Amino acid sequence: MVDSKHQWKAWLYLSPAIVLLLIFTVWPIFNTIRMSLLEGYTTMREVAGASFNFGIGNFTRVLEYPKFLTCLKNTVLLCVLTVPISTFLALLIAVALNSIKPLQRLLQTVFFMPYVTNSIAIGMVFAAMFNMILGGSARPDSVGIVNNVLEFFGIPYVNWMNAGSEYWANIVVMVVYIVWNALPFKILILLGGLQSVNKQYYEAARVDSTPRWRVFTKITIPLLSPMLAYVIITGFIGGFKEYSSIVGVFGDSMGPVGNDDALNTMVGFIYRAIGNQEGTASAAALILFGIIFVVTMINLYVSKKKTHY
Amino acid sequence: MSEFKTMKAKDLQKTTAQQRVIKVLVQILTYTFLSVMALIIIFPFYWMIISSLKEMPEYRQSVPTLIPRVFDFMNYLEVFTNDDLLLGQLFLNTVYVGVVSTALSLVITVLSAFAFARLEFKGKNALFGALLATMMIPGELFTITNYQTVHSFGWIETYTVLIIPFLVSVFYIYLLRQNFLQIPNELYLAAKVDGTSDLKYLWKVMIPLALPTIISITILKMMGSWNSYMWPRLVANDDAHRLITNGLRTAFTNAEGVTDVPVQMAAVTVVSFPLFLVFIFLRKYIMKGVSRSGIKG
Repeated sequence: MVDSKHQWKAWLYLSPAIVLLLIFTVWPIFNTIRMSLLEGYTTMREVAGASFNFGIGNFTRVLEYPKFLTCLKNTVLLCVLTVPISTFLALLIAVALNSIKPLQRLLQTVFFMPYVTNSIAIGMVFAAMFNMILGGSARPDSVGIVNNVLEFFGIPYVNWMNAGSEYWANIVVMVVYIVWNALPFKILILLGGLQSVNKQYYEAARVDSTPRWRVFTKITIPLLSPMLAYVIITGFIGGFKEYSSIVGVFGDSMGPVGNDDALNTMVGFIYRAIGNQEGTASAAALILFGIIFVVTMINLYVSKKKTHY
Repeated sequence: MSEFKTMKAKDLQKTTAQQRVIKVLVQILTYTFLSVMALIIIFPFYWMIISSLKEMPEYRQSVPTLIPRVFDFMNYLEVFTNDDLLLGQLFLNTVYVGVVSTALSLVITVLSAFAFARLEFKGKNALFGALLATMMIPGELFTITNYQTVHSFGWIETYTVLIIPFLVSVFYIYLLRQNFLQIPNELYLAAKVDGTSDLKYLWKVMIPLALPTIISITILKMMGSWNSYMWPRLVANDDAHRLITNGLRTAFTNAEGVTDVPVQMAAVTVVSFPLFLVFIFLRKYIMKGVSRSGIKG
């Protein structure tokens, strides 16, 4: 089959993709590594004819930079909180959905809704739900719907994200939004996994009258482990790239009024440095890639040991 | 002896009754849990819509109303006529970029997937593996250099810069190649014997058979344009080329950072509306595409 005519054709069909990939994917990989290793590199200075020392200065500087460390802390914190919470909730919902008959389709549709949204737009809705509207008096005119619900249950209202709000409160807002946003994908994958599980295992368990929680931990979880591993890995990869959800809720300032960048993330840090500090941006991007790579490898290693196929 | 037997039967009846009660209880718990979660999922959409219909004084009041006292559509009028937002322009820009980039992207994806699925050439597997490997790299790593590149091409503040850099998606190529591979090779060989050209075969046989995947790709790509934020803000944030998500984020907040929430929510509702239509009518394709992917947009 392999004749020269076919070869020629294959490359012709691939040529648009290859040309674009060379310019916008392959070259950036090499250029990012190059810029990250030229100490203090900026495009402006290069155009002006400056020369740069070769070394790891950009990396050490980034890692000593308080702003970067804040971004790193925020990113890791959001990841560590949202991935387990959303995975656990999605698992509960998927198992519950799988165990019912009436209304299953309807509820399944409802749970998929947040997927088909604009993360900036819905972030603004969450902001409206957590925001207080201040008036002249000590108590705000409106404390926001979330606080209204809290007060209904006798819990005092919290300054979630207005000026002067505390860090933990900001983080709670972001965790709620990110989990809400992350659920549909996870539920979809896990429910798909549950529906493809062989029913015979459950029937055998029923004959032996195995208790429910044992069925769950000994049958459901092991059979679902490949999907769980997939959902957790993609969750971590997405979590380390968190950015637009924060812009949605807090705006470009990436923090409450008067506390800009309090919630900035790794990706946000890179974006701030594009166009003026390319050496720093490149080093940060490579660090981000390194973290994602290592976390993915650890996840794959653990899931290979724990996953039951 | 017989006494013992009846006792056992009674016990058995008792346990089955008990089991039934537990089963009903579990069912009630399950439905309660799912309903509460479903309410939490829906609530932001509900709050968005009813807030957009409230007048500011009603929105500000300390005890919120769950249904607006008066359905006020003035907020929507404000969104459509606002001179700072220029919704019509944003909408046209976004649709133009979305349609052109989707069309071009599909052509490139179909041709590449066909080459990887059906044609034989040296280094095919190595090249495909290399492409897949690039999917691990976070996009921001490319953005730094791409920003310089489009600058040097003189593409800043053009439609080109919004379309060209993201035309090739390795993921879409992968998705379509998997689909193409399922089509039996015999069909291709038979078509070759009949003297059918590659392109005709692609058009008449492969594309129709892989149509669901192609539709999934189209929807995801269109949604990607509608929702894209970072790259457009970086390279084309002028009035003539701004895309809708960028226009939305900063609108209706004055210089002091005070937001007119009801009008803002009206704008958010307007921007969410097309996505809502997609959700209602094309959900099936998205769910199919997503369950094989895990990538948003």
